[in-house]
Amino acid sequence: MAAEVLDTKGLNCPLPILKARKALSVLQAGQVLEVLATDPGSMADFEAFCRQTGCELMESGEDDGVYRFVIKNV
Amino acid sequence: MSAQTDLANAKSMSIIVTKGTLDWAYPPFILATTAAAMDVKVSMYFTFYGLPLLLKKLDLKVSPLGNAAMKMPMGGGHVGMPNMLAMLPGATAGTSKMMKNLMKQKGVAPLEDLRDAAVDLKVDMIACQMTMDLFEYSLDDMIAGPRLGGAATYMESALAADINLFI
Repeated sequence: MAAEVLDTKGLNCPLPILKARKALSVLQAGQVLEVLATDPGSMADFEAFCRQTGCELMESGEDDGVYRFVIKNV
Repeated sequence: MSAQTDLANAKSMSIIVTKGTLDWAYPPFILATTAAAMDVKVSMYFTFYGLPLLLKKLDLKVSPLGNAAMKMPMGGGHVGMPNMLAMLPGATAGTSKMMKNLMKQKGVAPLEDLRDAAVDLKVDMIACQMTMDLFEYSLDDMIAGPRLGGAATYMESALAADINLFI
């Protein structure tokens, strides 16, 4: 269960990543953030973001134009 | 993740920011904020026409004059503006307004918001002292955060950086 859900629908690059980073920075390590986005680039971007920061991308997917990412904080 | 990048072994990036039009202002700030969000230590060096991007009040503009690659989406196609029209009074203001409306419509952040994010993420901003003198600005004209420096100050951050960009 996500500790917080972040809705970035309608926002374009780089806002979903910047807002996710901000949200993660106030969560504890191990807590989970769920991000919703409509930016098609967010799929590749959140994968890269998690690889580089060490956060765990637990789930990612797209449903009806809305991308969803479940990220475990480091 | 901590609120800001403070890793002794973090990767680093330096960007020289030389252009201050509405379009060219974006790439350095998008990259700087995203890199900082990914725990990269970022330094931005503002010189010549990039320096006014640090002014408290921004009024960014883009001109279609001499910009043959600039095509705006219109009625399902893309439309450019001939130079003969682009040179008329109001063409730059009108194009800038159109671009800002388009950005808003597409969820692109206002440049001011990205700049605020850069400050929040502790991006090291250096205002070129020579350009400050040349164009008669003082730090009082600028947002809080930037420090003053010259080429040697830039070199010090660039020599330590993994990525150096000139935009």
